[in-house]
This record gives sequence, C-alpha cells and structure tokens, in this order.
Amino acid sequence: MREALWVIPTLSYLGFVVLALYGRGLTPSRAAVVGVGTVGISALLVLALAIEFMTSPPPGHAYVQVLWQWMEVEGFRPPVSLRLDALSVIMMLVITGVGFLIHLYSAEFMRGEEGYSRFFAYMNLFVGSMLVLVLADNLLLLYLGWEGVGLCSYLLIGFWYRDPENGYAARKAFVVTRVGDTAFAIALFLIFTHLGTLDIQEAMQQAGRTWGADSGMAIAAAALLLGGAVGKSAQLPLQVWLPDAMAGPTPVSALIHAATMVTAGVYLIARTHVLFALAPPVMLAVAVIGAATLLLAGFSALTQWDIKRALAYSTISQIGYMFLALGVGAWSAALFHFMTHAFFKALLFLGAGAVIMNLHHEHDMGKMGGLRTQLPLTFWTFLIGASSLSALPVVTAGFYSKDLILHNVGTSESGSLWLWGAGVLGAFLTSLYSFRMVFLTFFGEAKGKASGKPGPLIRIPLVVLAFFSLVAGLVEMPSLFAYAGLDVHLFTRFLQTTLPGITASPLPLSVEIGRELIIEALQLGGILLAYMLFLYKPGIAGVVARTPWGEALQRLWRSGWGFDRVYSVFFIRPFVWIARVNREDAVDLPYVGMIWAGFKANRFLSRTQSGKVRWYAAGIGLGALVLLGIVVLL
Amino acid sequence: MSYPILSTVIFLPLAGALVIFLIKRSNESLIKWTALVLSLLTFAVSLPLFTGFDKTTADMQFRETYQWVPSWGINYALGVDGISVLFVLLSTLLTVLCVTVSWNSIKDRTKEFFAALLLIEGSMVGVFCSLDLFLFYIFWEAMLIPMYLLIGVWGGPNRVYAAIKFFLYTLVGSLLMLIGIIVLYFNTGRSFDVLQMMTTNYPYHLQLLLFWAFFAAFAVKVPMFPVHTWLPDAHTEAPTAGSVILAGILIKMGAYGFLRFSMPILPEASREMAPLMMVLSVIGIIYGGLICLGQTDIKRLIAYSSVSHMGFVTLGIFALNIQGVQGGILQMINHGIVTGALFLSIGIIYDRTHTRQIADYGGVATVLPVYAAFFMVFTLSSIGLPGTNGFVGEFLILLGGFTASNVLGVFAATGIIIGAAYMLWLYQRVFFLDVNPKVRSYKDMNLREVLTLLPLLLLVLWIGIYPNTFLSFMDASVQHLVQRVNTAGQPQMAQQIIEVIR
Repeated sequence: MREALWVIPTLSYLGFVVLALYGRGLTPSRAAVVGVGTVGISALLVLALAIEFMTSPPPGHAYVQVLWQWMEVEGFRPPVSLRLDALSVIMMLVITGVGFLIHLYSAEFMRGEEGYSRFFAYMNLFVGSMLVLVLADNLLLLYLGWEGVGLCSYLLIGFWYRDPENGYAARKAFVVTRVGDTAFAIALFLIFTHLGTLDIQEAMQQAGRTWGADSGMAIAAAALLLGGAVGKSAQLPLQVWLPDAMAGPTPVSALIHAATMVTAGVYLIARTHVLFALAPPVMLAVAVIGAATLLLAGFSALTQWDIKRALAYSTISQIGYMFLALGVGAWSAALFHFMTHAFFKALLFLGAGAVIMNLHHEHDMGKMGGLRTQLPLTFWTFLIGASSLSALPVVTAGFYSKDLILHNVGTSESGSLWLWGAGVLGAFLTSLYSFRMVFLTFFGEAKGKASGKPGPLIRIPLVVLAFFSLVAGLVEMPSLFAYAGLDVHLFTRFLQTTLPGITASPLPLSVEIGRELIIEALQLGGILLAYMLFLYKPGIAGVVARTPWGEALQRLWRSGWGFDRVYSVFFIRPFVWIARVNREDAVDLPYVGMIWAGFKANRFLSRTQSGKVRWYAAGIGLGALVLLGIVVLL
Repeated sequence: MSYPILSTVIFLPLAGALVIFLIKRSNESLIKWTALVLSLLTFAVSLPLFTGFDKTTADMQFRETYQWVPSWGINYALGVDGISVLFVLLSTLLTVLCVTVSWNSIKDRTKEFFAALLLIEGSMVGVFCSLDLFLFYIFWEAMLIPMYLLIGVWGGPNRVYAAIKFFLYTLVGSLLMLIGIIVLYFNTGRSFDVLQMMTTNYPYHLQLLLFWAFFAAFAVKVPMFPVHTWLPDAHTEAPTAGSVILAGILIKMGAYGFLRFSMPILPEASREMAPLMMVLSVIGIIYGGLICLGQTDIKRLIAYSSVSHMGFVTLGIFALNIQGVQGGILQMINHGIVTGALFLSIGIIYDRTHTRQIADYGGVATVLPVYAAFFMVFTLSSIGLPGTNGFVGEFLILLGGFTASNVLGVFAATGIIIGAAYMLWLYQRVFFLDVNPKVRSYKDMNLREVLTLLPLLLLVLWIGIYPNTFLSFMDASVQHLVQRVNTAGQPQMAQQIIEVIR
C-alpha cells in the first residue's frame, strides 16, 4: 500500500493535465467528474494509507520513496523523494479530505461560470502541488510545491481576469509571498553551503552537530525560513496580500486561503522544528509575530463589512495562534489547531459562499440580515462554524485546539504571561467578531431576498464540515479533563514520532482552573457583547463608532492598520517612480551623447567647406603659422 | 561516425543559402521549402552530437583538423566539448523554428531573408566549434553581416538606427578582441591553436591586458551592464526570426567566449577579475529588471529582461565553482529556449495585430486561449518557477553565486522578485482584462504555429523535471575548467605546505 504514495499527488496532476489539454472539449459535468473525482480518489487513498500507517507503522515511523534524481551537480544532488510520516499523514488527510469537499461544493457553486474546466484544472494543480509540499523529503522539492501552490493561488485569485482589480490582487499575492519565498531560497543556499545537504532529516541532524544551539548560523537559517513562512502564512509584516486575495471565487478562499496553503508556513516551521529549536531568538520572534498578528488581525476582522474580508482577517488571526504555539515549542498544538481550523474555516467560507450566491453576489454584511429563516441549513452550519471559531467550550472542535495552545503558552518554559494574555485577549476578539458576523448576516431584519436554496452538492460539504467542526477536537482533551478520567491525547501521541512534546512546568490545579475560567469568561463575554452590540442594542455600536476616536480607529482597523499605505509609500511608489523616470535607460545617454557630438562636429566642420577661396587661403595660412610656431617653440 | 559532423553542420546551411540564391525570386514557396528542408536536415545531421557524445571526458570530441595556411600557423580545427555541444544543437533547433515562424510574415525579399538566415546558422555553429582563433574570428565577424541586414532590411520602423547601433557596438568590441588575438598569436609561438593556449601559462600582466581586450568583445555580446544598450534597440526592431537568433544564440556567444577563451586561457586574470564581473552581473540583474517595469513595448520589455537574465548567466560563470558554471551554461540554454519562445510568441501575435504596444492588447486569453496557455508556461519559466527549466538554472547560479559571495548572492536573489513583478504585469495587461476591440477578431494559433512553439514547451518541462539529461553533458568539461581556473598560477609553495601538513 505504501508503495502507492506517489500515486496521490500524481492523480491530481493527472486531472490537471487532462483538464488543461481537453478541458474545453468536455461538458461541464464531465469536467467536474475529472476535477472532483481525482481528488476524491486521492482522499480515499490517503485514508487507506493513514489507516495502514496507524495499524502497522513502517520501521522508524517513516517511509521514504525516492522517485528519481532531480539534478546532480557536484555534491548537489537533491532527489525527488516523498516521505510518509505522522506529520505528512495529518497534512494529507486534511488537504485531500477538505479539498475533496470543497471540490464537490465547487461543482455546483461554479456552474455556469466562464472557464469552468479551467477552474478545476487550477484546483487540481493546487491539490497536487500542496501534496508535494507536505510530502517532500528535501527542501528543494518542498520549495517546488511551495512555489506551485503560490502559482495556483495567483491563477485562482485572478480567475475572473476581466476585472483589473482581481489581477492586481493576484499579482500582489504572488509578489508579496515571493518576497518571503526569496528569503526561503536564501535559507536553502545557506543550509546547503554549510551543511552540504538539502535532505530535511539529514540537514536537521547536521544542524545540531555543525551549528549547535544558539549559534549565529542556526539563527540566520531559522530567521530566513521564518521569512518564507510569514509570507506564505500571511503573518506580520507580509500579511497584506491575504485580504485582497478574497477577489478569487469563494471555494478558492476556502481551500487555498483558509484551510491549506496559508498554513504552509506553519507546516514548514513544524517540519524544520529542530533548526528552530536551535535558535531561541527566532523562536521568540515566531511567538511574538504570532501574538501580534492574532491581535492586529482580530481588530481588523471586527470592522470589516465584506463578509469574506472579515473571514480573511480571521484566518490571519487564527494562523497567528498557530505561530504563537510554534513559538513556544508546542508543535503538535499548532498542527492540532491547523486541523480544526481547516474544518471550521472552510465551513465558514463555504457558508459565506452560499449566502453570497443566494444574494446575487452581495458581500456586504450591512445589506444582509434575517437570513436565518430563508437559508436554515446555511445558518445552522455557519453557526456551528462560528461557535467552533469562537472556541465554544466542550461542544466544538475549536475549543480543544485553542485550549491546548493557550495551555501550552501558559506552561511552556519559553512561554510567558504576556503571550498568554495576548492569546486570551485574542480569544475574546475572536468570539466578538465571529458572532458579529452571525448576527449581522442571519439575524435582525431581512434586507435582501435570498433566491432559491443551495443544492445537494453545496449542502453535503456544509454538513460534513459542520460535523467535523464539532467532533474533530475530541481526539485531544485538555489536561484538566484528566481529572474527570478523560485522559485523551491521541493527536499529540500520534505526532510524537515526528514532533517532540513540549517541555513544560506543570501548574497547580487552582491556577489552571482559574486560567480556564478567565478564558471561558472572556470567550462567552465576547459572544454576549456581540449580542448586545449588534442585535439587542445596535445603536450603541453606532454611537461609539461615530466619536472621532472611534472613527479614526475604525478606519485604521478596517484598512488593516495601514500597512498597505506604508508599503506603497516606501516600496511601490519609489520603484514605480524609478521605472518611469528611467524608461529610456540612462545608461544609453553617453552613447546618444556621442551621436549628438558627432552630428555637431559634422555640422561645424562642414561649415568650413564653404566654397569661398579666401576662407581656404586664410585657413591654409593660419595652419602654416601655427605649425611653424610649434616647430619654433619646441 | 562516417561523416565529419561539425563541418557538415556548418556548411550545409551555407550551401543551402547558395541554393536559395539560385532559385528564381518569384518562386517563393520553393524558397521557403528549401530553407525548411535544409534547416531540418541540418538539425537532423547535428543530432548525433546529442546521442554520440562521450560524457565521461573533458576532451574535445568530433574533432577535425586540417592545415589551412601553414606558413602562418592557421588551421581549420573544429571540435566540441561539454560546454559547446549543447549550443550547436540549440542553434540548429532554433533555426528551424525561425524558418517556420517567418513562413508568412516575410513578404518582401523572401529569397534574401531565408538565405541570410541560413548564412547566420552556419556561422553561428562555426563560432561554437572553432578550435583555432583565426577561424573563430572569421565566423564571429561573418555572423555580423547577415545579422545586420536582417535587422536593417526586415526590421521595424526604427530599424536602420538599431542596425547601425548593433553593428558599431559589436565592431568596436571585436576590434579590441582582434588585437588581443594577435598578441596571443605572437605569445604562443605564432599559433592560433586554442588547445595549445589552454595549457600555456602567460605572464599575469599580459593575461590582464588580454582579459580586458576579450572582455570588450564578449561583454558587448552578452550584454553586460553598462554596454547593454544596443540590445533593446536591436531586439525590438529586428524581425521575429532576428530577435530569436539574437536572444537565443547570438548573445550566448559572449558568455561562451568567457568560458572558452578568457577563463581557460587567462585563468589568473579571470580569477582576479571575477569579483568585479560578479558585481557587474548583479547590477545588470537588478537594473535590467527595474527598466522592464517601465516599458510600454512588449518586445522591448522582453529585451530588457534578457539583460537581467544574462546577468544571472555571467554571475554563475564568474562564481568560478561547479554549481555556478553549470548553472550558467544551463541557464544560457534555458534563456535561449524561453526568450526564443517568447519572441516567437510575440511574432505570432504581431503577425495578426501589427503592434507591439502593450496598451493595444488586453483579453487575449479570451480570444486566443491556446496561445495564452503557451505564453503562460514561457512566462513562468522566465520567472523561474520550479518545475520549469528556468528554476534549475537560476537556482544553481544563485547557489554558486552565494557560495562565492553571500552578499552578491542575496542581491541577485532579489532579482527573482522583480522578475515576477514585471512578467506577471505584462501577462495581465496583454492576456487578462476585458477584450480589447483591437484583438477581438483574431484566430487562435494554427498548426504551423503550434508546432513552432511545442518543441520549446517540451524542452521547458523536460529540463525543469529532469535536467540531468543536459547537466550530464557538462560535468566533465566544467570540472576541468573550474579546476584550471582555480589552480593555475598558484605558487608551488602552497602545494609544498600542503605536503608538509600531510
């Protein structure tokens, strides 16, 4: 069974090739069968592989499949090789599982769009590249998947290419992430020149031996990898592309810009955790970036009117939690939140998509409302998603993963109360903005009329994702539950073969309970406040917002803290200015000057050929004088 | 091998040019078919170089040596090694595609056009195969004349300016090289034998002078910053086939010259000058990219992107390590394929619209989807996306460059951000957006055009996924070269010290 590992990404690529070559000759239904089918078969294969992996794990809990030698130049010989281990199993399960559901949803959602088969071609290409990213056994192949998903992100954000705005958003996403990618590439050069290999496992071992803990090289390499991770995962300071990326079709936002691709940075850090562990300053940076991002993005999410942009900021914020976890060494907690987040955020996006579709492409939550009765299934599933996002205790998956992160941040040796406090404040913001969305969209008076109801291909993914958004957390229970006899740690145990556990100092029971109560109070308080502000007394929010301070803050938050403007002033405009001024290439000027001088000299000298004998005679005389003078003087 | 392959590859197209001259001017289809058959035949004849090449040795292969002017020590000496063999193949392939892409677009003086094209092919191959400096110089200059005519006669509106500029730049460079060649001749015991020069050790000050003399010719051809300004004019004004030859082959001769002559013959000077060369390369990478951002003419944009990409090539070459040099050579091949393909593609759309202004396009992907897909793949290769050939070359170069100098490696890496910015911007303005009324009525590519681009598309993917096929050609030769440059002229002392330490 394991030997079939290579089939999994290949299937998606095959779907891409078929759709790219014959797509326009296929009927929409057939194109959808190819597009959805290949991912579906991949999902089944992954499931089978995962079951086999759990029941009879390969020796060393890892299986490596070398496909071919990619390049070979003097010691630099990265192979194309795939690695199956606990980490890649989890990633694959989510990618193909959630990916399949979103493909299924797209089959109905994208019906009737121009470029239907092109859409599935890109989506399949994305799934294939994402699988290569998580399966790669060496950093160069990982980089291939990394850039491949970036390309698909570009193509799909700009899918409706007639609108120049979409094209701008697509290019912005590609170029901003490429800034991070370049840091990543430089990290590869550094790792190869110093450690002599790009094989991940080997490089990690070598790093420990050659560089040692807290050495300059380890810090440089980890910092550069972090650069790549913040670009892809839309963390500070490279988060600016993600909100604009919502220009793409909603299933794209769900799959690429929520569930899978944007978490690639989290995966990268987890995959190279040995190196990060050698660089404590970089670990601290990861945690601080995570904490800052989750707060800033949380505030921004609070003030958005576009439902997709609100979800986008929420995604940035939730990935901030994952970074926070990584920064304190809680690798598997980050992965756990990645998994639950993939379920509930995909669900929220798909729900938002259903709303948008039924309201004739209306994105503005200010023009929604009262959809609870018109779209009951969408409402209930969206509510489940929002509850899971808000980490509603015990009954939602989000509770278990967020609790694990906060618990680890609070107890880890590299954690601190500040980081914990940021996470808890973020949890309050999360439930506030989540339920703001719920109340604005589904409650209150109906402002728009929904046309029709979503079909089965949309309903099935919603229900399945809602189910997982509720129960997926049960595989890992908070440590407090152990007192009640519920000592369940399936997730971290499963990952333990790849990701080591955290070094933590246990807290007294009373402190733990106290902290838990603070978190729950704030989370529930957030929901309550949202109810007060946006449903019970909608006037209050308006009054606060209309004060000068309120307005200024709102503007700042809505624009994502003004990062776009700063980048525009300091990077984009100077570049554009230089490009415009130097369009004619200043280096050419001396050469043009020579031509000019030649013409001038020609005109000057040709004037001397005037045909007047007297002038010639005078010239001859003058020349003879000068020559004589020179001869006499020298 | 029962026939002298290299001579055949050189003289078959030259003979073809002669045959075309004999055909009646009015018989255009016979002229075209003759050109096509002969270029295809030449390509077929060159294929044994690919299949029969011995990859285990750094020695010259397929050698032919005949005395030519014995009293002056001039020989007719040909041969290829791992550094040159792929360029011969690239030349013969691109010429075929130049013939097919020009099939309907050249309406004026068809006879002379195809004859000139074949003349260029013969002399290009000659440049890559010569092992005698005199012979090399003849081919090198022989290329200039038909190329000059190609730009000046069949080019765009500003063709005369561009042609003269091209000619003067390269001529000035070539003359300095000629002086260098003569000096070398007298210092090598009155011989033009390149192989002999490669094993001779010249005094350092002489090496330095010669390095700059050769630099003048090669840097202009590459073109390196700051002598690049002939290129945008020439590439832009040349007809499609001319741009393809210029970008695909001609500018590779400069970098090839560094590898074949400067480095092995003048190893110490090359080593000493390498840091300066690398700095110029990095400036070229970034400067060329920045200018691309401001262009309004498609061909001019691609032309400036060549300045940037060739900066990568010279960076890799002067990194003087195996990854860098192999990456540099592979990137030359890649650039020939991709920029050749981009110019071919632009020619294909230009035949329909007769405009090069970006502003006249928009929505081409809606009207010509197949064409858009081809162009997308070449764009992606140009920005170095993994899975395409551009990535392999750029990555090896940057790896080599980073090994030689961390700072320059990092600066060069920023070039890939700029590359993405201008190429995607170009792609959006031409292919995306609403359909521009000016392109509404055009048909997608026909079979001839698809067949012109398809070989290049396959090569993009082949080299991207399995570059070893091509890298393995260079292994032995590059190893030999790098060793020569890095060990030549090192005082015996160092080796003795090493002995003592052991």
